Amino acid sequence: MENQKYLDDLQDIRNMMNRSTQFLSLSGLAGVMAGIYALIGAWFAARILDYHSGQYVTLESLTFKLILGIAASVLVLSVITALVLSHFKARRRSEQLWNHSSRRLLVNFLIPMTTGGIFTLLLLRHEVYGLIAPVTLIFYGLACVNASKYTMSDVRYLGITIILIGLLCTEFSGYGLLFWALGFGLCHIIYGSIMYFKYDRK
Amino acid sequence: MKNIIQNINKAFDHRIRLGIMSVLMVNESADFATLKELLGVTDGNLASHAKALEAENYIVVEKQFIGKKPNTSYKATKSGREAFRAHIDALESLIRKS
Repeated sequence: MENQKYLDDLQDIRNMMNRSTQFLSLSGLAGVMAGIYALIGAWFAARILDYHSGQYVTLESLTFKLILGIAASVLVLSVITALVLSHFKARRRSEQLWNHSSRRLLVNFLIPMTTGGIFTLLLLRHEVYGLIAPVTLIFYGLACVNASKYTMSDVRYLGITIILIGLLCTEFSGYGLLFWALGFGLCHIIYGSIMYFKYDRK
Repeated sequence: MKNIIQNINKAFDHRIRLGIMSVLMVNESADFATLKELLGVTDGNLASHAKALEAENYIVVEKQFIGKKPNTSYKATKSGREAFRAHIDALESLIRKS
Protein backbone atom coordinates (compact mmCIF):
# COMPACT_ATOMS: atom_id res chain seq x y z
CA MET A 1 0.00 0.00 0.00
CA GLU A 2 2.80 2.38 0.98
CA ASN A 3 4.58 1.06 -2.04
CA GLN A 4 1.79 2.18 -4.33
CA LYS A 5 2.17 5.74 -3.06
CA TYR A 6 5.90 5.74 -3.83
CA LEU A 7 5.21 4.34 -7.28
CA ASP A 8 2.63 7.07 -7.89
CA ASP A 9 5.12 9.68 -6.74
CA LEU A 10 7.74 8.45 -9.19
CA GLN A 11 5.12 8.36 -11.94
CA ASP A 12 4.15 11.97 -11.13
CA ILE A 13 7.76 13.10 -11.23
CA ARG A 14 8.40 11.49 -14.59
CA ASN A 15 5.14 12.89 -15.96
CA MET A 16 5.93 16.45 -14.86
CA MET A 17 9.48 16.30 -16.20
CA ASN A 18 8.19 15.21 -19.62
CA ARG A 19 5.26 17.56 -19.73
CA SER A 20 7.31 20.60 -18.81
CA THR A 21 9.96 19.99 -21.47
CA GLN A 22 8.11 18.31 -24.32
CA PHE A 23 5.11 19.38 -26.33
CA LEU A 24 3.13 16.15 -26.72
CA SER A 25 0.00 17.52 -28.35
CA LEU A 26 1.59 17.49 -31.80
CA SER A 27 -0.95 15.77 -34.03
CA GLY A 28 0.12 12.73 -36.01
CA LEU A 29 -2.86 13.13 -38.29
CA ALA A 30 -1.58 16.58 -39.28
CA GLY A 31 1.61 14.88 -40.51
CA VAL A 32 -0.43 12.49 -42.66
CA MET A 33 -2.43 15.40 -44.11
CA ALA A 34 0.75 17.39 -44.85
CA GLY A 35 2.08 14.35 -46.71
CA ILE A 36 -1.10 14.09 -48.78
CA TYR A 37 -1.00 17.80 -49.69
CA ALA A 38 2.65 17.40 -50.71
CA LEU A 39 1.86 14.42 -52.96
CA ILE A 40 -1.03 16.29 -54.63
CA GLY A 41 1.23 19.34 -55.06
CA ALA A 42 4.00 17.21 -56.56
CA TRP A 43 1.52 15.64 -59.00
CA PHE A 44 0.40 19.09 -60.24
CA ALA A 45 4.01 20.27 -60.49
CA ALA A 46 4.89 17.21 -62.57
CA ARG A 47 1.94 17.93 -64.94
CA ILE A 48 3.09 21.54 -65.34
CA LEU A 49 6.68 20.49 -66.03
CA ASP A 50 5.46 17.96 -68.63
CA TYR A 51 3.35 20.57 -70.31
CA HIS A 52 6.16 23.09 -70.49
CA SER A 53 8.86 20.53 -71.21
CA GLY A 54 11.73 21.66 -73.38
CA GLN A 55 11.57 25.20 -72.06
CA TYR A 56 14.29 26.63 -69.93
CA VAL A 57 12.89 27.39 -66.49
CA THR A 58 13.84 30.88 -65.35
CA LEU A 59 12.77 33.01 -62.41
CA GLU A 60 10.42 35.05 -64.62
CA SER A 61 8.79 32.12 -66.40
CA LEU A 62 5.19 31.10 -65.79
CA THR A 63 6.28 27.53 -65.03
CA PHE A 64 8.44 28.71 -62.17
CA LYS A 65 5.73 30.97 -60.75
CA LEU A 66 3.15 28.18 -60.89
CA ILE A 67 5.44 25.71 -59.12
CA LEU A 68 6.32 28.31 -56.49
CA GLY A 69 2.59 28.93 -56.00
CA ILE A 70 1.94 25.19 -55.50
CA ALA A 71 4.80 24.88 -53.01
CA ALA A 72 3.54 27.90 -51.05
CA SER A 73 -0.04 26.52 -50.97
CA VAL A 74 1.17 23.14 -49.72
CA LEU A 75 3.18 24.86 -46.99
CA VAL A 76 0.34 27.16 -45.86
CA LEU A 77 -2.26 24.35 -45.89
CA SER A 78 0.05 22.06 -43.90
CA VAL A 79 0.75 24.70 -41.25
CA ILE A 80 -2.97 25.53 -40.86
CA THR A 81 -3.89 21.82 -40.59
CA ALA A 82 -1.15 21.23 -38.01
CA LEU A 83 -2.33 24.19 -35.91
CA VAL A 84 -6.01 23.20 -36.01
CA LEU A 85 -5.47 19.46 -35.32
CA SER A 86 -2.90 20.12 -32.59
CA HIS A 87 -5.28 22.64 -31.02
CA PHE A 88 -7.97 19.95 -30.74
CA LYS A 89 -5.50 17.39 -29.46
CA ALA A 90 -4.22 19.86 -26.86
CA ARG A 91 -7.77 20.53 -25.72
CA ARG A 92 -8.42 16.80 -25.33
CA ARG A 93 -5.31 16.52 -23.18
CA SER A 94 -6.37 19.70 -21.30
CA GLU A 95 -3.21 21.45 -22.35
CA GLN A 96 -2.78 24.76 -24.14
CA LEU A 97 -1.60 24.90 -27.75
CA TRP A 98 0.48 27.99 -27.13
CA ASN A 99 2.52 27.34 -24.02
CA HIS A 100 6.03 27.25 -22.72
CA SER A 101 6.89 23.92 -24.40
CA SER A 102 5.23 24.56 -27.76
CA ARG A 103 7.05 27.88 -27.95
CA ARG A 104 10.35 26.17 -27.34
CA LEU A 105 9.50 23.53 -29.94
CA LEU A 106 8.70 26.18 -32.53
CA VAL A 107 11.79 28.30 -31.90
CA ASN A 108 14.10 25.30 -32.18
CA PHE A 109 12.36 24.17 -35.36
CA LEU A 110 12.51 27.61 -36.93
CA ILE A 111 16.23 28.22 -36.46
CA PRO A 112 17.43 25.61 -39.03
CA MET A 113 14.25 26.12 -41.06
CA THR A 114 14.74 29.88 -41.52
CA THR A 115 18.42 29.36 -42.28
CA GLY A 116 17.41 26.89 -45.00
CA GLY A 117 14.78 29.29 -46.33
CA ILE A 118 17.23 32.16 -46.67
CA PHE A 119 19.83 29.83 -48.17
CA THR A 120 17.28 28.67 -50.77
CA LEU A 121 16.47 32.27 -51.70
CA LEU A 122 20.18 32.97 -52.14
CA LEU A 123 20.53 29.87 -54.36
CA LEU A 124 17.65 31.19 -56.48
CA ARG A 125 19.37 34.54 -56.76
CA HIS A 126 22.55 32.87 -57.94
CA GLU A 127 20.56 30.61 -60.27
CA VAL A 128 21.75 27.36 -58.70
CA TYR A 129 18.43 25.65 -59.29
CA GLY A 130 19.76 22.10 -59.09
CA LEU A 131 20.50 22.39 -55.39
CA ILE A 132 17.13 23.73 -54.29
CA ALA A 133 15.42 20.36 -53.81
CA PRO A 134 18.23 18.79 -51.73
CA VAL A 135 18.79 21.96 -49.68
CA THR A 136 15.11 22.28 -48.70
CA LEU A 137 15.00 18.59 -47.77
CA ILE A 138 18.23 18.66 -45.76
CA PHE A 139 17.36 21.81 -43.81
CA TYR A 140 13.84 20.58 -43.10
CA GLY A 141 15.31 17.30 -41.83
CA LEU A 142 17.76 19.19 -39.61
CA ALA A 143 14.91 21.34 -38.28
CA CYS A 144 12.99 18.17 -37.34
CA VAL A 145 16.00 16.64 -35.59
CA ASN A 146 16.61 19.86 -33.68
CA ALA A 147 12.94 20.23 -32.67
CA SER A 148 12.60 16.57 -31.69
CA LYS A 149 14.17 17.18 -28.27
CA TYR A 150 11.03 19.10 -27.38
CA THR A 151 8.41 16.67 -28.68
CA MET A 152 7.94 12.97 -29.51
CA SER A 153 11.12 11.11 -30.49
CA ASP A 154 9.48 9.93 -33.74
CA VAL A 155 10.11 13.41 -35.17
CA ARG A 156 13.84 12.71 -34.81
CA TYR A 157 13.61 9.65 -37.08
CA LEU A 158 11.47 11.56 -39.57
CA GLY A 159 14.22 14.21 -39.67
CA ILE A 160 17.02 11.69 -40.14
CA THR A 161 15.14 9.94 -42.97
CA ILE A 162 14.54 13.25 -44.76
CA ILE A 163 18.20 14.27 -44.38
CA LEU A 164 19.23 10.97 -46.04
CA ILE A 165 16.74 11.54 -48.86
CA GLY A 166 18.13 15.07 -49.27
CA LEU A 167 21.70 13.77 -49.56
CA LEU A 168 20.63 11.15 -52.14
CA CYS A 169 18.80 13.90 -53.99
CA THR A 170 22.03 15.88 -54.30
CA GLU A 171 23.60 12.97 -56.19
CA PHE A 172 20.62 12.52 -58.52
CA SER A 173 19.87 16.09 -59.54
CA GLY A 174 17.13 16.24 -62.14
CA TYR A 175 14.93 14.01 -60.01
CA GLY A 176 14.32 16.76 -57.46
CA LEU A 177 10.55 16.56 -57.69
CA LEU A 178 10.58 12.80 -57.14
CA PHE A 179 12.72 13.14 -54.02
CA TRP A 180 10.56 15.99 -52.80
CA ALA A 181 7.47 13.81 -53.12
CA LEU A 182 9.32 11.00 -51.33
CA GLY A 183 10.55 13.22 -48.49
CA PHE A 184 7.73 15.68 -47.89
CA GLY A 185 4.97 13.35 -49.07
CA LEU A 186 5.63 9.71 -48.29
CA CYS A 187 7.78 10.22 -45.16
CA HIS A 188 5.17 12.49 -43.57
CA ILE A 189 2.43 9.97 -44.29
CA ILE A 190 4.45 7.07 -42.84
CA TYR A 191 5.72 8.83 -39.71
CA GLY A 192 2.41 10.69 -39.25
CA SER A 193 0.53 7.36 -39.24
CA ILE A 194 3.01 5.84 -36.78
CA MET A 195 2.48 8.81 -34.45
CA TYR A 196 -1.28 8.69 -34.95
CA PHE A 197 -1.53 5.03 -33.98
CA LYS A 198 0.98 5.38 -31.14
CA TYR A 199 -0.41 8.46 -29.40
CA ASP A 200 -3.60 9.90 -30.88
CA ARG A 201 -5.92 6.91 -31.05
CA LYS A 202 -6.81 6.53 -27.40
CA MET B 1 15.94 0.14 6.01
CA LYS B 2 15.99 2.89 8.61
CA ASN B 3 18.62 4.63 6.59
CA ILE B 4 16.45 4.77 3.50
CA ILE B 5 13.44 6.14 5.37
CA GLN B 6 15.66 8.97 6.58
CA ASN B 7 16.28 9.95 2.99
CA ILE B 8 12.57 10.30 2.26
CA ASN B 9 12.29 14.03 2.40
CA LYS B 10 9.25 15.42 4.20
CA ALA B 11 9.52 18.65 2.23
CA PHE B 12 8.66 16.75 -0.95
CA ASP B 13 5.87 14.72 0.58
CA HIS B 14 3.13 16.51 -1.29
CA ARG B 15 1.97 16.24 -4.89
CA ILE B 16 2.32 19.97 -5.64
CA ARG B 17 5.77 20.34 -4.09
CA LEU B 18 6.88 17.20 -5.90
CA GLY B 19 5.54 18.72 -9.13
CA ILE B 20 7.28 22.07 -8.66
CA MET B 21 10.62 20.35 -8.02
CA SER B 22 10.20 17.98 -11.00
CA VAL B 23 9.62 20.89 -13.36
CA LEU B 24 12.55 22.86 -11.96
CA MET B 25 14.91 19.87 -12.21
CA VAL B 26 14.60 19.79 -16.00
CA ASN B 27 14.07 23.51 -16.71
CA GLU B 28 16.49 26.30 -15.95
CA SER B 29 13.61 28.31 -14.51
CA ALA B 30 9.84 28.38 -14.68
CA ASP B 31 7.48 31.29 -14.14
CA PHE B 32 4.38 31.31 -12.00
CA ALA B 33 1.91 31.02 -14.90
CA THR B 34 3.75 28.07 -16.47
CA LEU B 35 3.87 26.16 -13.17
CA LYS B 36 0.20 26.91 -12.60
CA GLU B 37 -0.77 25.51 -15.99
CA LEU B 38 1.44 22.42 -15.66
CA LEU B 39 0.29 21.52 -12.17
CA GLY B 40 -3.34 22.61 -12.55
CA VAL B 41 -3.52 24.39 -9.19
CA THR B 42 -4.85 27.70 -7.88
CA ASP B 43 -2.69 30.79 -7.31
CA GLY B 44 -2.85 30.58 -3.53
CA ASN B 45 -2.07 26.88 -3.44
CA LEU B 46 0.96 27.23 -5.68
CA ALA B 47 2.24 30.28 -3.80
CA SER B 48 2.08 28.59 -0.40
CA HIS B 49 3.81 25.40 -1.56
CA ALA B 50 6.46 27.42 -3.35
CA LYS B 51 7.01 29.38 -0.15
CA ALA B 52 7.50 26.14 1.79
CA LEU B 53 10.19 25.02 -0.67
CA GLU B 54 11.77 28.46 -0.55
CA ALA B 55 11.94 28.28 3.25
CA GLU B 56 13.99 25.07 2.92
CA ASN B 57 16.31 26.87 0.47
CA TYR B 58 15.43 24.34 -2.23
CA ILE B 59 14.25 26.98 -4.67
CA VAL B 60 14.83 30.69 -5.17
CA VAL B 61 12.22 33.21 -6.24
CA GLU B 62 13.02 35.96 -8.70
CA LYS B 63 10.60 38.83 -9.02
CA GLN B 64 10.92 41.29 -11.84
CA PHE B 65 8.85 43.47 -14.09
CA ILE B 66 8.31 42.63 -17.73
CA GLY B 67 7.03 45.96 -18.97
CA LYS B 68 4.43 46.85 -16.37
CA LYS B 69 3.50 43.29 -15.45
CA PRO B 70 5.15 41.73 -12.44
CA ASN B 71 6.69 38.36 -13.21
CA THR B 72 7.63 35.75 -10.65
CA SER B 73 9.93 32.95 -11.66
CA TYR B 74 11.42 30.05 -9.75
CA LYS B 75 14.73 28.24 -9.91
CA ALA B 76 16.00 25.15 -8.13
CA THR B 77 19.07 25.72 -5.96
CA LYS B 78 22.05 23.37 -5.87
CA SER B 79 20.99 21.99 -2.50
CA GLY B 80 17.44 21.62 -3.81
CA ARG B 81 18.65 19.54 -6.74
CA GLU B 82 20.75 17.34 -4.48
CA ALA B 83 17.93 16.85 -1.98
CA PHE B 84 15.46 16.00 -4.73
CA ARG B 85 17.85 13.53 -6.32
CA ALA B 86 18.35 11.84 -2.94
CA HIS B 87 14.57 11.75 -2.51
CA ILE B 88 14.07 9.99 -5.86
CA ASP B 89 16.83 7.51 -5.06
CA ALA B 90 15.16 6.78 -1.73
CA LEU B 91 11.78 6.22 -3.38
CA GLU B 92 13.38 3.84 -5.85
CA SER B 93 15.23 1.80 -3.30
CA LEU B 94 12.13 1.56 -1.10
CA ILE B 95 10.20 0.09 -3.99
CA ARG B 96 13.00 -2.27 -4.89
CA LYS B 97 13.36 -3.50 -1.30
CA SER B 98 9.78 -4.68 -0.94
